[in-house]
Amino acid sequence: MRLEYFQLIDRIIDLNLADRKISSEALVPSASTIFEGHFPGYPLMPGVLLIEAMAQTSGWLVIAANKFERVPFLASVKEAKLRTFITPGEALTVDAQLMHEGSGYAVSKAKISAKGKPVCDATLTLRVMDFPNAQMEAEMRKIASRIGLALEAPVNG
Amino acid sequence: MSTTYDTIANIIAETCDIPHDSIKPESHAINDLGIDSLDFLDIAFAIDKAFGIKLPLEQWTQEVNDGKATTDQYFVLKNLSARIDELVAAKGA
Repeated sequence: MRLEYFQLIDRIIDLNLADRKISSEALVPSASTIFEGHFPGYPLMPGVLLIEAMAQTSGWLVIAANKFERVPFLASVKEAKLRTFITPGEALTVDAQLMHEGSGYAVSKAKISAKGKPVCDATLTLRVMDFPNAQMEAEMRKIASRIGLALEAPVNG
Repeated sequence: MSTTYDTIANIIAETCDIPHDSIKPESHAINDLGIDSLDFLDIAFAIDKAFGIKLPLEQWTQEVNDGKATTDQYFVLKNLSARIDELVAAKGA
């Protein structure tokens, strides 16, 4: 995770476009100023950042599905459940599946697990739009390359 | 068997917590019922699922922005019902 850049996904480990599924890895850093405040003496990964990790993983799935033609933005979070605490240094697996691809939006179900145990889950709605500008698209392509989207991940379907 | 309009009215009432008796066939989803674009995404999702279609929201928005259509054509509920019936018929054709 690059918390300071709000880039929470380290690597795409599976992408199955036929089934509209994706899995990613995200390693919670062992140290961050976030943990100094959340909470002093009892560092925990904030739940909103876990939700963001699910949103970013869902977003990469949308981008892969539309072949980088459009970009998703988080619009709503439903039924988010934070089931356990996550502490610095823990490795997370983030899974997402597209439930629906509408006109200008997509709906995903996403979940995070750690050491095989459920951490959190939610249903997310993302607005899907044209890239606002060429710079953003170029930067997103760099990030996609860094995390292995379409380059290293096995693409099924 | 419920009509297309009945299904839409139920979806709007449940999704947006709007009293059912304030929803009429002549109601404009945005101007009369105060539904914003984010709530309309939820409504579109529910309609897509209920009817097995994909509401062409982006196309409609573009047509309105280009002056080729009015919002009444798509967002007055009786008109929305007619558009949905057309999409369902086109799917089955």
